[in-house]
Amino acid sequence: MDLPCVLTNRYRVPQSWSLRNIESLGAYEQAKRAYTQLEAAAIMGEVKEANIRGRGGAGFPAGMKWGFLAKDAQLKPYLVVNADEGEPGTFKDRTIMERDPHRLVEGCLIALKAVGAHVCYIYVRCELVTSIRRLEAAIEEARERGYVGERPFGVDHPAHIYVHMGAGAYICGEETALLNSLEGKRGEPRLKPPFPAVKGAFGAPTIVNNVETVATVPDILRMGGKVWSEQSRLPRDGGTRLYGISGHVKKPGIIEGPVGLTLRELIYDIGGGMLHPERPLKAVIPGGSSTPVLRPGDLVHAPDANHPLHAWHGKSHIDVPMGVDTMRALGTMLGTCCAIVMDTSTSMVDVACNLMKFYSHESCGQCTPCREGSGWLHDVLKNLQAGRGRAEDADLLVEIANNMMGNTICAFADGTAMPMLGLVQKFRDEFIEAGKRGVGSHTLGATARALGGAP
Amino acid sequence: MTFTLAAESEKIVDELLTRYPTKQAACLPLLHLCQRQAGWVSPDVIQYVSRRLELPASEVQGVVTFYTMYHQKPVAPNVVWVCRTLSCELRGARELQAHLEQRFGCGVNGTSQDGLFTLKKAECLAACGQAPMVQINDDYHENLTVDALDRILDDIAAKTSKAKISNGANGKG
Repeated sequence: MDLPCVLTNRYRVPQSWSLRNIESLGAYEQAKRAYTQLEAAAIMGEVKEANIRGRGGAGFPAGMKWGFLAKDAQLKPYLVVNADEGEPGTFKDRTIMERDPHRLVEGCLIALKAVGAHVCYIYVRCELVTSIRRLEAAIEEARERGYVGERPFGVDHPAHIYVHMGAGAYICGEETALLNSLEGKRGEPRLKPPFPAVKGAFGAPTIVNNVETVATVPDILRMGGKVWSEQSRLPRDGGTRLYGISGHVKKPGIIEGPVGLTLRELIYDIGGGMLHPERPLKAVIPGGSSTPVLRPGDLVHAPDANHPLHAWHGKSHIDVPMGVDTMRALGTMLGTCCAIVMDTSTSMVDVACNLMKFYSHESCGQCTPCREGSGWLHDVLKNLQAGRGRAEDADLLVEIANNMMGNTICAFADGTAMPMLGLVQKFRDEFIEAGKRGVGSHTLGATARALGGAP
Repeated sequence: MTFTLAAESEKIVDELLTRYPTKQAACLPLLHLCQRQAGWVSPDVIQYVSRRLELPASEVQGVVTFYTMYHQKPVAPNVVWVCRTLSCELRGARELQAHLEQRFGCGVNGTSQDGLFTLKKAECLAACGQAPMVQINDDYHENLTVDALDRILDDIAAKTSKAKISNGANGKG
C-alpha cells in the first residue's frame, strides 16, 4: 500500500532526533519563515485552510481553536502542548517526541508566533523518559542555534519552550486538569466556561493542543494549507495523520496515512491481518478505549441520500473511512485514531472489566457519578467475570453508565460510559450469558500461550 | 531527619522557578527531583518542598497522593511497572505479571525477597503496539516474552549491587 510520508518523513533518518542529521531535510525552515516573513494572521489562515481536526481525540478544528484566543491586554497568552498520551490503545505522540522532537519544537515556535504567545509548556507524562530526554535535548539544540530564546531568528518575539513532567494521572490529558497539574496542583478538571482560550494557565488565555496537531504545523506552512488538506480522502477533515494499531494483528505499530483510511485497510493491509488466521476479527475499538466498539458484521444503514454515510450504505462498518465526522455518524468516535483489534477468542466481559478497571483507577474522584459509577461498573463486571453475576447485570451496567453520562465536570465519565454502553449493546448476549454461568477462566491472556510466549 | 536537596539539584530548582509565574508550578518537577534523590517522597521531602515553594505542607501532600508516580513508601532500587491495560492484556500481560509475582515472591506493591525489585501494576504506558511490555525504572522493555523478561531482570539484578541496599541510600528505608 502506497502511503504518504509527510509528518514521518524523518523517522527513518539515523539519530533523527539530533538537529545536524535533519537540517538538510528542512528542519526549522518554516519556523524561520514564520518569524522573518509571515504575519501571524497569515499563519493562522494557512492552518484554518488546512482543515486540521485536533489529533488529541475530540477532533475540534485547530484553526478555529486558535481563533478563540482572547486578546487580553493585561495577560500574555500561553501555548500548552498536551503530551500526556495515555488513552489505552494510543501510542502515536510518543513516536513524534522520540523520533522527530525537532518537528514538535518547530511547530511550537510557529504556533507561538501565530497566537502571539511567548511561553510554551509541553506537558509530557513522566513515564515517557525517552521522549522527555529527546525533547529537552532538542529544545537545547534549538536554543544554541538561536531559534528558541529572546530573539528567535533575530526577531523581537521571545519564544521560550519548556518541558513539564506529569506524575502519572490519565485525567491530566483533560485540558483543564492538565492546566491545574501544570500549576502544581492536583490534576482535577475545572468547570467550563471559562474555557482555556479565555482563562487557562495561570489565569491567562491559553491554547492547549495535542502533540501531533502542533507537529503538523511546519508541513502545513511548507505545503500551504490547501495542498496539505487535500491529501485527505474526506472533506472538512484535512491532511495525513498517524494511525495506530494494536491487539490481535500480525504487525502492530504506528503508520502515517491520509485521513480516511478504513479499518479494513488498517487491519488487513497495514496491520498484516489477524494474528491467528483461524481466529477472525470479532470487534475493533477504533480510536482509543473511550470510543465505542465496532463489529465487522454490522452494515451501514443510510438509504437517505442526505445521510452523511449514504455513500457507504450497505457496507460493513469497517469499510467506512476513518474521519472525525464519519466515525461520529457511525455512533462511535475517531478519538486518537489508534485501533485495538480483537479476535474471536476474546471475551467482551473480560474486555469491559479490563477497561472499567482502568477508568475506576483513573477517575479523579471529584464528581460522584464518575467516582462511584466507574467503581460500580468495575465491581459488577468483576462479579460477572468471577461467575457471581446475574443475567440482569447487563441492564444494571447500562443503568449505571446512563447515570454517569453528562452529569460531571469533564468528559471522563462520558468516555467511560460510552464504551461500556457500546459493549453491552453490541455483545449483550455475552453479558447475559456471563451472568447466568460466569465466563470461567480468563481468556485475554490466551494469545500469549498460543504464541509460545508464556507457560 | 531533615531532607535537603544536593547542591547541584538546588541549581536546577533555581532555574525551574524562572520558568513559571508562580512558585507552586514547580511542585511536580521538584517532587520528581526529590524522589530521584531519596528514592521516595518521605514526610521530610514534603516538609522540604513545602518550605522551598512556600506552600502549606497539606497542599504538597494533596499533590503527592493524587499522582501514582510518587512513591509514598520506600521502594526497592528497581521498580518494575507491568502494564495491564487492554492492548497488553490481549498479548499476554497477565502471564507476565503472574511470572513476576512468582519470581519475586511478592504481590503487586510488594518487594522481591532479595530486596532488589518492587512490583507495580501500571495503567496504559503508551506502548500498545509493542505489547506486552514493562517499564523498569526509566526504561521501556517491549514485545516481551517471559524468557526475555527473565534475561532483562537477571541483568539488572547483577548490576544492582548489594552494597547499595545495605547503604540504604535508595533502598528499603
